[in-house]
Amino acid sequence: MGDWKTITVPVLSSDSKNIFQYTSERKRSPSMNSQVLHLPLPSSKNMHSFYSAFCTEENIEQSISYIDRELTTLGFPSIYVESKGKDLNLISIINCMNGLLALQHKNLRAQEEVEMQHLKLGSDMDHLQNCYAKLKEQLELSKREIVGLQERDRQLQSKNRDLHQLLKNEKDEVQKLQNVISSRATQYNHDMKRKEREYNKLKERLQQLVMSKKDKKIAMEVLNYVGRADGKRGGWRTDKTEARNEKEMYKVLLSDYEQRQKQLLEENAELKKVLQQMKKEIISLLPPQKQKPKERSEDGLVLSDLEEDIGELNKENMWELSCEAVREQLINSIRNQWRMLRNHVEKLDNQVSHGQSGAWNEKDVISREDHELETEKLELEIQQCKEMIKTQQQLLQQQLTCDDDTTLLLQDCYLLEERERLQEEWRLFREQKKNFEKERKSFTEAAIRLGLERKAFEEDRGAWLKQQFLSMTADCKHSENVTTQSAFLRSKYLVQIMFLDSSDQDNRLVKCTSQQRNPKPPSVLNGPVSAEPYQTSQYITHNSVESKKTAGDSMPNLWVESDDKEETE
Amino acid sequence: MNFSELFKLSGLLCRFSPDGKCLASCVQHRLVVRDVSSLQVLQIYTCLDQIQFIEWSSDSLFVLCAMYKRGIVQVWSLEQPDWHCKIDEGSAGLVASCWSPDGRHILNTTEFHLRITVWSLCTKSVSYIKYPKACQQGVAFTKDGHYVAVAERRDCKDFISIFVCSNWQLLRHFDTETQDLFGIEWAPNGCVLAAWDSCLEYKLLLYSLDGRLLSSYCAYEWPLGIKSVAWSPSSQFLAIGSFDEKVRILNHVTWKMITEFEHPATIASKKTVVYKEVEKSPSAETETLSFSPTRVLASSAFSTQSKYEISQVPISLQYIKPVADRANPKMGVGMLAFSADNCFLATKNDNIPNTVWIWDIRKLKLLVVLEQLCTIQCFQWDPRQPRLALCTGNSRVYLWSPAGCVAVQVPGEGDFQIVSLSWHSSGDSMVLLSKDNFCVCYLEREEV
Repeated sequence: MGDWKTITVPVLSSDSKNIFQYTSERKRSPSMNSQVLHLPLPSSKNMHSFYSAFCTEENIEQSISYIDRELTTLGFPSIYVESKGKDLNLISIINCMNGLLALQHKNLRAQEEVEMQHLKLGSDMDHLQNCYAKLKEQLELSKREIVGLQERDRQLQSKNRDLHQLLKNEKDEVQKLQNVISSRATQYNHDMKRKEREYNKLKERLQQLVMSKKDKKIAMEVLNYVGRADGKRGGWRTDKTEARNEKEMYKVLLSDYEQRQKQLLEENAELKKVLQQMKKEIISLLPPQKQKPKERSEDGLVLSDLEEDIGELNKENMWELSCEAVREQLINSIRNQWRMLRNHVEKLDNQVSHGQSGAWNEKDVISREDHELETEKLELEIQQCKEMIKTQQQLLQQQLTCDDDTTLLLQDCYLLEERERLQEEWRLFREQKKNFEKERKSFTEAAIRLGLERKAFEEDRGAWLKQQFLSMTADCKHSENVTTQSAFLRSKYLVQIMFLDSSDQDNRLVKCTSQQRNPKPPSVLNGPVSAEPYQTSQYITHNSVESKKTAGDSMPNLWVESDDKEETE
Repeated sequence: MNFSELFKLSGLLCRFSPDGKCLASCVQHRLVVRDVSSLQVLQIYTCLDQIQFIEWSSDSLFVLCAMYKRGIVQVWSLEQPDWHCKIDEGSAGLVASCWSPDGRHILNTTEFHLRITVWSLCTKSVSYIKYPKACQQGVAFTKDGHYVAVAERRDCKDFISIFVCSNWQLLRHFDTETQDLFGIEWAPNGCVLAAWDSCLEYKLLLYSLDGRLLSSYCAYEWPLGIKSVAWSPSSQFLAIGSFDEKVRILNHVTWKMITEFEHPATIASKKTVVYKEVEKSPSAETETLSFSPTRVLASSAFSTQSKYEISQVPISLQYIKPVADRANPKMGVGMLAFSADNCFLATKNDNIPNTVWIWDIRKLKLLVVLEQLCTIQCFQWDPRQPRLALCTGNSRVYLWSPAGCVAVQVPGEGDFQIVSLSWHSSGDSMVLLSKDNFCVCYLEREEV
């Protein structure tokens, strides 16, 4: 189209900006024809000045070329005579001007239309906005209505449910009642049938009775009448007996009532006693009343009244009476005291739970600190006592263990003592033994000596006897029976010797002597000679320990026997 | 425990004499009187027909035998076996017969409950009581035997008449507020009479001896009402068992309910001891007893042994819901009994028919539950000490005391199905009855 030259176009006023802004806001329609530029009609004065500012003497050429360019771009023929050159084609200029005017008219018309449409649209929009607002309101309303309806619906449903439940209950009840009715009906029917059966039987019986000719006699046969159980005779029924019966009956009833009344009185008395005890205990539990000036005056009055009452009641022993007023008084007093006790306990509970502050000045209440001090003191005491107990236990233990040692020692001592005693005794025993041994020895020696002496004695005796015998034989030489006499004598001698032997069988010592004489000793005498004294000494020693007496005894025995021997001869 | 041999019996008619020396039993139409300690036959009496009822007189000198079909009552004397007495009701018929407390009058209820005839054995006089009520317990004697209360019904209304037993004079006659009087019972102290309505209405009325209404008790209105009633031996408590499976205890001071005992199918309380009867296999040892050191009994070859075991609480019991369309359904508390020392109450809930519930009256709590293998047929307290004997239709007798409980097999071959039992007045022995036989069981002092 031509060269694009940058022309400093004077900046339009803000109107043009509005124009452009407007154009940018509009919806872009595809056809260019509908592209409407809302150009505000400039005021004539401004435009004149504007337009005159466009072309000046200096830039005629430029402005003409610029206009030409613009016109050509708009589709108008060029205003130059030729494509290049500076001559202006007047006709074309006028045509262009006409064309521009026409365009301008068209544009104006278009603008009018657009403005019209704009107005219309504006009014439409207003209308729509109003409609929208109205609809919104309606929507809100309907929403609220819905909520309301829902609420109602819910309520109705719950009511419905309740009614259903009621209906069910009623149905159940009806069913139950129906069951009851049916059971009653069956019972009635059953009874009715029973009665009807009985009635029928009665009718039959009546029929029978009417028809039957024989009448069975109703009678009682008894062998003999029995006496009454209590032995008395039966009496007539008279008015007197009737009166007596009444009296008896009333007596029975009265005694029963009296018994019951007695029981009830006893029960009452016991219960009253219990109540009295309870009252006393409650009084003792309650804190003393005088130190509580802060208490409400009502309680104070009640308390003083109660105390008076108590005094009265206790003084006059009115509890034994059972009149209404006393009973009520007692019950009321106990109730009040119980209430007070309860309040007191509640208060204590509160105090315990709030006891940290220590701001309580109640004298009756033991403050927590004091309480704690007390507990500490008690704990200390307990500790001390425990320690004391421990130490005592330990001491006791020691003592016990100590005692054990000493007892052991003592036991040992006892044992030692015993041992020593036993040793002493052993020693004594051994000494005695030795003594016995000595004595035995001496005895045996004595016995041996005795034996020897005996032997000697026997030898002497034998010699003497021999002499005698010889003298005898010498005397009897004259006789013929030497052999017999000798035999006789010999036999006599033998007999003597035998007798000696036999009498001395126990005494072996003698036997040994006789053994020397008589070449025919009995076999008994053939004991070992050497062994015999040993045996006897053994015998003696065997017996010596037990008792010296026996040893002693054995000795004189020997002597006795020898004496006997001599006597026998 | 010693068991006698089995003797023949018919009609469950076997009674100890009130003085405790003799035992009367019936075999068809014969009455056999035995000595209690030796079971030796003392007398045999022959009646005219099959005996349906026997009763000892209060002084143990006479026995009455009632034959309802023939309408005859025969009375026999123990002192004089030759003595005889026959009361023939003839065309009037006979439905019930009993002794009066003095042992010299017999009260016969004629057929259709037309009247009660009082026959005297001492004099020739006869008394009549008109319009007696045909109900379960219509005639009640006081314990001391001075008064008798008779339920009557005239003009569709219930009345009670109180007579003096010594001369059968009417003492009081008053109407009751019941729809259909079902039963009456004197308190053991003889001063209060309890009267209760039929099961269609729960109503219990308490009358003094002189006919004044002391109190009326109604637990609930429409469902079926009272099934069983029992006085405690000291007259302090009145136990009412009802169809709602509960027992309510009234006290004698205010005649108001002091507690309710429930009989649920599940026992949860830890303090209740539950004894369950378990079968032991026959091959196991012959020891039958778990708790008390009694001697071992020989077991028969065909019967299984059983013993008690303590079940751990909670335990659920076998609950039976009865068929709804039958009258007098098997539900509710049907059996009630106080022990002689007034410390225990034994109950049976017909919905749980295998179980006996024992309540401690001093603490008003459930003490023990005895769960058996079969349905409880009968239980009875020892008249001297707190000992309960029960039977369940098999050949075992079960004893419970606070020391423990024991299951004892009755020795002997064959079927001996105990359906009823009865203690001797001394508490040293009891008689066990089955349909065809009876057996006497002697207990030693130290046992249980």
